[in-house]
Amino acid sequence: MGFASPTLRLAEDQYRTIVGHCYDGLPDEACGLLIGPVSGSEPSGVVSEVRPCRNENASAITYRIDGRDQGAAMKAARERGHEIVGCWHSHTHTDAYPSPTDVEQAKYYPEWIYVLVSLRDDDPVLRAYRIRDDTIAECQVVLDG
Amino acid sequence: MPVEVRLPTLLRPHAGGSASVSAAGATVGEVFADLTARYPGLADQLVDESGSIHKFVNVYRNDDDVRYLDQLETKVTDGDVVSILPAVAGG
Repeated sequence: MGFASPTLRLAEDQYRTIVGHCYDGLPDEACGLLIGPVSGSEPSGVVSEVRPCRNENASAITYRIDGRDQGAAMKAARERGHEIVGCWHSHTHTDAYPSPTDVEQAKYYPEWIYVLVSLRDDDPVLRAYRIRDDTIAECQVVLDG
Repeated sequence: MPVEVRLPTLLRPHAGGSASVSAAGATVGEVFADLTARYPGLADQLVDESGSIHKFVNVYRNDDDVRYLDQLETKVTDGDVVSILPAVAGG
């Protein structure tokens, strides 16, 4: 499997949950976790559940997923036989592209898919990335009906 | 009382490569003390200079974040699982 694979497949309601949570979080950054099946340790790109989480930092420039929400997601994933396969967060005034802080933090979960949602413009922009060894590779995102 | 401590990938080199180790103690703090006595390289990764759980990690007793229980004083009993996970953060 290539570094930029897999394609992230989101159902439309999952997409709306992610973007809605990002708007609800304004003026702060919003964040959440993606649960899905894995093949080996690699995400398949399918998402079985999106879980909006609290931003412990309550900040417009940084986020830290509330530890309680991370624990609840871990439990939900285990009950499905799935794993946490990624996370999302919003950039309220910048591009949907990983910041240097995002790249630094990604070393803790190098197998994850990182979803960025930019709210800078009138319409939201959602993009997904793999981040490994300080290298960023964009993943294709497909919305399934 | 033995509990299972699950370690994230990045900490495993400090514990002989193990994903899971057994440790003794009646609280999370005692479990960490037992763990770091055997694996001193873990000490700086788990607890900060002030003696609190390091901000870069979350520690769970089963699925409950011990920061919202009694932190390092959180009690553990035989069969509990203590999981250490890197926090999910960015900017």
